[in-house]
Amino acid sequence: MIAVVDYEAGNLKSVETALYYLNADFTISSDPEIIVKSDKVIFPGVGEAKHAMGVLRSRGLDEAIITFASTGKSLFGICLGCQILQDYSEERDTQLLGLIPGDVKLFPSDMGLKVPQIGWNTVSHDSSLLFEGIPQESSFYFVHSYYLSTELSGGSDSPWIAGRSDYGITFASAVHRDNIWATQFHPEKSGPKGLKLLDNFIRRID
Amino acid sequence: MFQKRIVVCLDVRDGKTTKGIRFQGNVDIGDPVQMAQEYYLQGVDELVFYDITASAERRGIMIDVVRRVAEKIFIPFCVGGGIATVDDMSAVIMAGAEKVSINSAAVRNPSIITGGARRYGSQCIVLGMDAEADSSMPSGYGIVIDGGRVKTGKDMLEWAKEAESLGAGEIVLNSIDADGTRDGYEITATRLVSESVGIPVVASGGAGNPGHLVEVLTRGKADAALVASMVHYGDFSVGDIKKELSESNVPVRLD
Repeated sequence: MIAVVDYEAGNLKSVETALYYLNADFTISSDPEIIVKSDKVIFPGVGEAKHAMGVLRSRGLDEAIITFASTGKSLFGICLGCQILQDYSEERDTQLLGLIPGDVKLFPSDMGLKVPQIGWNTVSHDSSLLFEGIPQESSFYFVHSYYLSTELSGGSDSPWIAGRSDYGITFASAVHRDNIWATQFHPEKSGPKGLKLLDNFIRRID
Repeated sequence: MFQKRIVVCLDVRDGKTTKGIRFQGNVDIGDPVQMAQEYYLQGVDELVFYDITASAERRGIMIDVVRRVAEKIFIPFCVGGGIATVDDMSAVIMAGAEKVSINSAAVRNPSIITGGARRYGSQCIVLGMDAEADSSMPSGYGIVIDGGRVKTGKDMLEWAKEAESLGAGEIVLNSIDADGTRDGYEITATRLVSESVGIPVVASGGAGNPGHLVEVLTRGKADAALVASMVHYGDFSVGDIKKELSESNVPVRLD
């Protein structure tokens, strides 16, 4: 059974309809116990980092996600859920869960590009299991003002990058560390390729 | 590479799609869920459903359409028309829409933009603006509401900037003068707005052939282009449009 973490994130409904369409065995839950005991966890999210962290803490879901990840079972973060797995976000100076080392930064406003990035962007990926059957430079749907840096805080390249995209600068559009996977884009809103990626998480990744 | 979006707009009345010419003489042309699926398979990047149902008591039909679309279409879609309160926004978002579009209600009560943005985030709140050429306005364009019948006295650029500062995450700029003509988008107005705000601008009104989209996405500086009748009547598919855009070096999603 897959548990989808319910903390009133904006894209919960669309993740639910996509999983239903894919015939996934899943439940939507805000119960830390159910989340820790499930076989896989999907951690969705749209919204603001500080507010989201507050909701997670108030429900004990931050600890539940950390505990779940420590069991070695597969965890998949989407958009804000992806960002929250990192160490730190510039968005209202927010400490995150720290499951994948890295920082979340605001897109510079002086690049002549609109912020937030709203729309389809291509991803060059590392051909890991999550991207199986998905060609390089496939397009996925993004909605975000903050991005995952490709560098660790000391300035060295992050070893956890599974996908890169460009929006004025190069950012990490997918990350992977051991049993933890995450995408900045929304697979549940990225058409057939997005559904394929979700299906890979459900069926290809143990 | 970041891509320009092609957005198909479906006007929905009593649960059926229509497309009117300058907001008059609407004719039914199909089932919105079926049409949405067809455009999804053609590779459209986003859909907008605009509810033009007249009577408030029949609005529940639209929520059902939204729910059924959400079950079958895995790309973003926006719902507009008849949304006057944050609770109205909640109803369509909870039914599965990514975004809500507000137009006349935001002119009457701009705080609804902020209310919606606080609750769901700016990325959910799309401001629809109907603009028409008006030489008495500083930008040369004024805002009209209620389907173009009522002049508001608001300047197009002032309103676009105000809406952005109130929390709108995107603007759909519809030209009343160009709407339904199929003679091309209002390039000047689109470029003015797109260069004045930091949020994406979707050009609307006047699309008749793929060349019009090339023009508004390059010269008009639009981030996305909305089409309706040119695809509804089968003259062009979304694929035809994207092929021509790609050949004109406009980055679009082709997969």
